[in-house]
Amino acid sequence: MAGGSSIDVLGQFELHSVFGGLGDALHFSQSPVYMMLAVVLVLAFLYFGMRPAAVVPGRFQAAAEVCYEFIRNMAIDTIGPEGASFFPFIFTLFFFILAGNYLGLLPFSYTFTSHIAVTFALAMMVFVLTVVVSLKVQGIRFFAHFMPAGASLALAPLLIPIEILSFLSRPVSLSIRLFANMVAGHVMFEIFASFVIMLAGFGVVGDVFAIGPIAINVALVALELLVGVLQAYVFAILTCIYLREAVAH
Amino acid sequence: MGVMIKTVRAGIFSFAAGVSLLVVAAPCAHAAGMPQLDFKNPLVTGQVIWGAFIFLVFYLVLSRVMLPRVGRVLEDRSARISGDLEVARAAKHDADNAVAELQHARKTAMAEAKANLQKALDDEKRNTEAKIQEIKERLAAEIAEAESKVAAEKQRAFAALTDIAVETTQELVSRVTGVRPAPALVATKVENVVAERVA
Repeated sequence: MAGGSSIDVLGQFELHSVFGGLGDALHFSQSPVYMMLAVVLVLAFLYFGMRPAAVVPGRFQAAAEVCYEFIRNMAIDTIGPEGASFFPFIFTLFFFILAGNYLGLLPFSYTFTSHIAVTFALAMMVFVLTVVVSLKVQGIRFFAHFMPAGASLALAPLLIPIEILSFLSRPVSLSIRLFANMVAGHVMFEIFASFVIMLAGFGVVGDVFAIGPIAINVALVALELLVGVLQAYVFAILTCIYLREAVAH
Repeated sequence: MGVMIKTVRAGIFSFAAGVSLLVVAAPCAHAAGMPQLDFKNPLVTGQVIWGAFIFLVFYLVLSRVMLPRVGRVLEDRSARISGDLEVARAAKHDADNAVAELQHARKTAMAEAKANLQKALDDEKRNTEAKIQEIKERLAAEIAEAESKVAAEKQRAFAALTDIAVETTQELVSRVTGVRPAPALVATKVENVVAERVA
């Protein structure tokens, strides 16, 4: 990716249509390919993990069950008893993002969660869902949330716009948080990897010093493994919190 | 922990933002901007459409097939565990009942045996007493009978003694005097003497 002595950190985020002319016509880039791969991997993990359906689970089955129970407990603990009906959605969301984040850590792969269009679409889906659920559960009382209870009426002209603004900024913060974390991680990978190639141009001394950026990249992989699961978790738990507000009577 | 992660995240973000700005500003960077923000590229918007479709399929497969399957396994397990616990509890209840029944039966049997023993002892005692009483009565009757016989015999002997004494006296008197006294007189005399002796 490093052309000459320049560092092209953003090239890795470029989309290319795949499958030739058909891909061009359908606007099918590597991004949907990795989405499909993520979905297939998660489904295969669950399918092969749960295939024994044993009373005493093996390691693989126990891992699948831990995933199920972790998300289910999170949904029900956060949202309340209604969380059970949102559990499949939270599970889908969490594992879609997690698999996307982790697939991107493989060399030569692509991270679809590093595109603001994708993360914003996910965030908007959550936002629209919470608004629809709020209106369905609370009806017109939903709009009362924009005026905090107990605040004096004199403050209403100030408070109501702030509350509306903070409500509308939810999908923005939700999507930018994930997008920025993924972009930042991959930009740093690219930068330190490029340093290695640049240092290789300085002969033996460069080869020795190149160990530094490689070591940093190894450490960054560990950090990105943490960030990947953390961002998926943050996205899922914030969705749960928004849904709890939506189903609260 | 949360604060630390937040700090790390903020650090990464600001670092990345700084790097990105540098790169964008750098004259040799051939990308005019972030490819993610190039919304004129149909591939950028196309991945959203494809992503929505893939996400929907993922959601449907998970919610209709996969997650219910996992849930069933977990439910089966908890049902089996609670069922086994139920069986164990029932078995323990039965065992407790059996032990209580056994103890009750033992107690009853013990009481019954004691009562039987006591009854047997009582019966034996009563029988023995009755027999002893009977023997006593028989002995008493025999003794009385024997006594009465002895008394009768004595009476008879005494009566015979008087006759013998009268005859002897008559014989003696006739030998001595040669006169045979009247038996009535002798009898009276003898009886007087006997009466004197007895007195």
